[in-house]
Amino acid sequence: MAAAAELSLLEKSLGLSKGNKYSAQGERQIPVLQTNNGPSLTGLTTIAAHLVKQANKEYLLGSTAEEKAIVQQWLEYRVTQIDGHSSKNDIHTLLKDLNSYLEDKVYLTGYNFTLADILLYYGLHRFIRLTQPPQPPATTTLINEEPFTWRQNPPPARRLTS
Amino acid sequence: MRLFVSEGAPGCLPVLAAAGRARGRAELLISTVGPEDCVVPFLTRPKVPVLQLDSGNYLFSTSAICRYFFLLSGWEQDDLTNQWLEWEATELQPALSAALYYLVVQGKKGEDVLGSVRRALTHIDHSLSRQNCPFLAGETESLADIVLWGALYPLLQDPAYLPEELSALHSWFQTLSTQEPCQRAAETVLKQQGVLALRPYLQKQPQPSPAEGRAVTNEPEEEELATLSEEEIAMAVTAWEKGLESLPPLRPQQNPVLPVTGERNVLITSALPYVNNVPHLGNIIGCVLSADVFARYSRLRQWNTLYLCGTDEYGTATETKAVEEGLTPQEICDKYHVIHADIYRWFNISFDTFGRTTTPQQTKITQDIFQRLLTRGFVLQDTVEQLRCEHCARFLADRFVEGVCPFCGYEEARGDQCDKCGKLINAVELKKPQCKVCRSCPVVQSTHHLFLDLPKLEKRLEEWLGRTLPGSDWTPNARFITRSWLRDGLKPRCITRDLKWGTPVPLEGFEDKVFYVWFDATIGYLSITANYTDQWERWWKNPEQVDLYQFMAKDNVPFHGIVFPCSALGAEDNYTLVSHLIATEYLNYEDGKFSKSRGVGVFGDMAQDTGIPADIWRFYLLYIRPEGQDSAFSWTDLLLKNNSELLNNLGNFINRAGMFVSKFFGGYVPEMVLTPDDQRLLAHVTLELQHYHQLLEKVRIRDALRSILTISRHGNQYIQVNEPWKRIKGSEADRQRAGTVTGLAVNIAALLSVMLQPYMPTVSATIQAQLQLPPPACSILLTNFLCTLPAGHQIGTVSPLFQKLENDQIESLRQRFGGGQAKTSPKPTVIETVTTAGPQQIQALMDEVTKQGNIVRELKAQKADKNQVAAEVAKLLDLKKQLAVAEGKPPEAPKGKKKK
Repeated sequence: MAAAAELSLLEKSLGLSKGNKYSAQGERQIPVLQTNNGPSLTGLTTIAAHLVKQANKEYLLGSTAEEKAIVQQWLEYRVTQIDGHSSKNDIHTLLKDLNSYLEDKVYLTGYNFTLADILLYYGLHRFIRLTQPPQPPATTTLINEEPFTWRQNPPPARRLTS
Repeated sequence: MRLFVSEGAPGCLPVLAAAGRARGRAELLISTVGPEDCVVPFLTRPKVPVLQLDSGNYLFSTSAICRYFFLLSGWEQDDLTNQWLEWEATELQPALSAALYYLVVQGKKGEDVLGSVRRALTHIDHSLSRQNCPFLAGETESLADIVLWGALYPLLQDPAYLPEELSALHSWFQTLSTQEPCQRAAETVLKQQGVLALRPYLQKQPQPSPAEGRAVTNEPEEEELATLSEEEIAMAVTAWEKGLESLPPLRPQQNPVLPVTGERNVLITSALPYVNNVPHLGNIIGCVLSADVFARYSRLRQWNTLYLCGTDEYGTATETKAVEEGLTPQEICDKYHVIHADIYRWFNISFDTFGRTTTPQQTKITQDIFQRLLTRGFVLQDTVEQLRCEHCARFLADRFVEGVCPFCGYEEARGDQCDKCGKLINAVELKKPQCKVCRSCPVVQSTHHLFLDLPKLEKRLEEWLGRTLPGSDWTPNARFITRSWLRDGLKPRCITRDLKWGTPVPLEGFEDKVFYVWFDATIGYLSITANYTDQWERWWKNPEQVDLYQFMAKDNVPFHGIVFPCSALGAEDNYTLVSHLIATEYLNYEDGKFSKSRGVGVFGDMAQDTGIPADIWRFYLLYIRPEGQDSAFSWTDLLLKNNSELLNNLGNFINRAGMFVSKFFGGYVPEMVLTPDDQRLLAHVTLELQHYHQLLEKVRIRDALRSILTISRHGNQYIQVNEPWKRIKGSEADRQRAGTVTGLAVNIAALLSVMLQPYMPTVSATIQAQLQLPPPACSILLTNFLCTLPAGHQIGTVSPLFQKLENDQIESLRQRFGGGQAKTSPKPTVIETVTTAGPQQIQALMDEVTKQGNIVRELKAQKADKNQVAAEVAKLLDLKKQLAVAEGKPPEAPKGKKKK
């Protein structure tokens, strides 16, 4: 999926009504967003984070310092590792690593759905056939999720006494 | 949080430069690892630097680590910075790693190197000049500058690679390079060697692929992702279905425990704590607690286990303490032995015997070993010049002499070391020496001493180590310390001292002397066993059948790895020698060291008065066990780990599992019909359980604790995904599903209770009582996950296991124990506390103590909230301390009392 198409999808799911126009730069077709009131923005994750803020959904960038850093780490992972590798071997290692990372998590930051999940989902989409019947263990949490319904954590079974 | 760095890893530059931003906001420990060490458990390829956060999460991206440090300092993210960082990762890094690889590894020069980065450098230069700002994202230096500067520095610090014409880049680079944090990072990483400092790291990296031609294919991955094979799943299911049947009968408990032929006989010792002090948390984790976890684990494996320890009571320090407190040495030992025993009882340490070294057995065995060494020619006699106080009629141990330092002229230098210049001193070199007891001037006299001839035993020691070390579980630090002693060559060791309080030397002319701790403290293990059973030799002279594990902090390694083995080998009496020497690193307190004299840190007896249960202390100390590297006790972290790992993760899971059984199924474990998903979970839990066993067999206690938490995380996720609380209200099929999920979850909880037993024995017993786990399943841990709570099993009453720790509670504890102030007083302040207050102040304080005492008693009588009582008790103790100070008394150590 071209970056521009991906960003348009993201806009839609964020509830942004007016669609932006994207140009592409260089041999890697890096997306560029020309904003009305400032300099242009270049780069998939930069623009995605910008759109999230525009939609007033900052929580998708993480709420604590730790979450914010983790979200950005995985965004970087998306553009350097997932987009950067093509050999079957590399992809296998990459999926194995992700699988083992997600083993005890619901989302990339743990329990909160973030922009990192959206962009990794898009990035991985081309590697994973959804129709595959025996689904791989932990990555399934990622790929079987409808990406834009935020899953509510159930209330803790017991109140914390204080 | 812990930062992992590696020699010459370029990513360390920006990270270290940015680390200053987080100073004061979080505690940062730095560990150096090899370039090929895999620090991040989920990444296949090695990656450094890595920041391990206190939550356990890892940041393995250099930019993300820097970003995190900046975020901690209150910085807010913006588009422009994001853009620079994305560009750095996708454009600059590939170009730069190629350039550095050509330069450092392939030895290329000039345009061959510069060619690949020129475009990127020009891009930065143009951006800087176009914006007309000194920095990348505005008027002030920010995250983008640090990340890019750090990436570029190894190359650009060589002027040959900083093209003159890029003047904006030039001045930006110079500005940053002269800043203090950047300078320091550069010095640390490049060590004045320039770019070549990166060679050890870059050599180990694969050659970077050229930036171009990284075509992306849309071919879907064909291979199946299967971390679990069908066989593994099938085996896990079979084992699970067998259930309780597969448990072997419980070993009958014997008393005394003696080795049994044909069984695995495990003898466990923890270093004997010195009797004259109350142990602090570092002592506790290093010795008794670590050994206790292993002993409990060993019993869960049904290995025949004897765990022993005791107080080390002889020596100068006891004599000194006796003089201080106006008691005899024996009375001091009796007093402190009880204090130690009480503390360990409170911490639930499962000794089979806790003895002491001042016993006739100690004399008998020590003298026997000595005689055998003497007959075999391994003891030397030599003359030593020593200070003798005529007035006190005795030779003075180093710490009984004070005088003027021969190096710096400091007036109160001690007999072994000067506190001012720190140089080591030979007591006879002190100018104007004084006996510390009577203040008269001692004279130099020569005296005879006995030496253990270690050089003569060196060869035997090396042979023994050569047989023992390979394949054993000696910790790396123990191996290293032992090896470095051998490398430097062993020297004769003095084994006698001019003291009265010790084991007498059975040799003519040595009637006034006793054995030195170097020689006889480690013999304490033998004599303590001898006091436990008259058949002690079946443990200690039985190397073929006994596996000896000795636990200690690393400063004790020479005694156990060199000196005692030499004595035992020289005595030629078939002694059991250590098979696995397990040494920890040091535990620090907040930012500094534990210090009794400055009242900094938590000591064993005070832990009981914090209101925090022993199991929570055990958990946290084991969670941060200094395994492989120093670690630090931190109150904030204790709160965090309690509230996140225990309360939210482990406690939450176990409680939910039990509650579902009670609430939805009337307290009876429901029928379980396993789906393929459940079977996979079984196999995952089994794998993690096996991992736990592997780690504990290697005595990696801290790491094995994480397996427990991982299983409970799996469990939480399983419940969360399957939502039994919703399905229970649904169709018949849904109800059945809810039953299976609940049944499997409660069985995982049962498994966790057993795995937890070595770490948190009380909590483990509580869970087992709540679940009514059948007795054999409580005391045996197999390598497979069994269904120990079959359908129809009735559980007991389920209640929460852990309490939340509150910020103010922790804050008041932190203040009480003086953390954070550790650095302010470098000198012991014992003398300063003697400044006495006026009688009025003392009276006022006494009144307050009485008043506060009443408040506490009333609250306790009303059975008020625990936290509230703890807070009032803390106030009371504080007042008492103030009173003691005002009266000029040393603050009294709270008595070791048992507390529920």
